[in-house]
Amino acid sequence: MTDTAHARIADMVAASPVVLFMKGTPLFPQCGFSSRAIAILDHLGVAYASVDVLQDMEVRQGIKEFSDWPTIPQLYVQGEFVGGSDIMMEMYEAGELQTLVADLPKAE
Amino acid sequence: MPMTADTIETMIRAAFPDAAVTITDLRGDGDHYAAHVVSAAFAGMPRVAQHKAVYAALGGRMGGELHALQLTTAVPA
Repeated sequence: MTDTAHARIADMVAASPVVLFMKGTPLFPQCGFSSRAIAILDHLGVAYASVDVLQDMEVRQGIKEFSDWPTIPQLYVQGEFVGGSDIMMEMYEAGELQTLVADLPKAE
Repeated sequence: MPMTADTIETMIRAAFPDAAVTITDLRGDGDHYAAHVVSAAFAGMPRVAQHKAVYAALGGRMGGELHALQLTTAVPA
């Protein structure tokens, strides 16, 4: 990964308390796993930013290295990598994701 | 070339000999799987580390030839 890609991804991660790297957009997810991640975030009612990796090859490849995680979607909360959609679902079912975002701004 | 459920299970078992591994072919197309892996090796590991350990067992195929693997991990009760 280039330094530029690393810096761009670091900026994206820091841009919002909750950031989802996904395929497609929240309205039109292009993959079942991304769709599931969005459904969980919408359920939580938390405000989030999303990055469509399909629009940016540098980020699509770079984020896997950045997070040391092989798949997309990827969730970041307050700059920390949380996991992919399976971990989001496990944490949601355990009530852990709710706790993680409890003090963060709500979606409008 | 898609991976078979047997191959996935064999690779996971090689890394976690004690594991109870359940593979489900979600669509019957040999390309969309769910895996549930229960192993004492996960004790004390954060979820991300547990999943990374399973991905490592799959030798970099996750996200490549293995596109869709819904993964859940647990420690034996």
